[in-house]
Amino acid sequence: MKKNDVIMIAVIVVIALGAFAGINLYGEHNTKDAQAVVTIDGKEYGSYPLAEDTIVKIESENGGFNLLVIEDGAASVEEASCPDKICVRHKPIDKTGETLVCLPNKVVVEIENGEAAEVDASTN
Amino acid sequence: MAKKTANMGMLVALAFIFSYIESLIPISVGIPGIKLGLANMVVIVTLYLMGAGPAFMLSLVRIVLTGFTFGNLAMMMYSLAGGMLSMLVMVIARKTKLFSVTGVSVLGAVFHNVGQIIMAALVVENSSLFYYLPVLLVSGVVFGIIIGVVGSVLIKRLSRKR
Repeated sequence: MKKNDVIMIAVIVVIALGAFAGINLYGEHNTKDAQAVVTIDGKEYGSYPLAEDTIVKIESENGGFNLLVIEDGAASVEEASCPDKICVRHKPIDKTGETLVCLPNKVVVEIENGEAAEVDASTN
Repeated sequence: MAKKTANMGMLVALAFIFSYIESLIPISVGIPGIKLGLANMVVIVTLYLMGAGPAFMLSLVRIVLTGFTFGNLAMMMYSLAGGMLSMLVMVIARKTKLFSVTGVSVLGAVFHNVGQIIMAALVVENSSLFYYLPVLLVSGVVFGIIIGVVGSVLIKRLSRKR
């Protein structure tokens, strides 16, 4: 190996480390396009970007409600009228496909376009 | 001419077999795209012994062949993007005479991964794929060095015999 090789390799490794650090600093909640989609009984109620902190009161037809809170790039249900409070106790969600479900009110909150959970491996 | 054609045929066959062997050893660390790059060894040896043209042809033919035989169209697209970018960078790197065979190999491996990621990001339309870049850069460096060291030995031995 020449001296230039070593320099070039060092530069690439530094770039890799830099990119890695950058991704960890900024990319941890890289949820720019991610949104929480709310459906009630299968019908779309609304969608809210994870990038903005919001509080939405989701009112269902039977008079019940769920208080959806979006904070720090993750969605959670703070309060609900239902008796079991399963959705309230669920941890905040921020990854594509994760859901919060409130069966009594037929409310489903699903994350779309979030951090990809997995990518197909098919390169050769 | 006849000798050159025969040589090319042999090299294509060799690269093809290496690709096959590689498809038998899955390196699974949860990240797609990490691989040894055995076929690139043949490409590098060709680049140094026969020049850029034959090396380019070899790379192209190998990717199309392996794509049709072991892969699918999507895989071929990724491989083409990676392979062609890698080829271009290696040809330039060799012309500048700044790097040894190992250096050229490392650059080839790294840009192969970069090309594939760019292609994948275009296809999936999701820039979050660049999340994999640091890991793929480092794996490119590691495997590039291995392939480069073996390749430079091969180039020395083979050119002595001529």
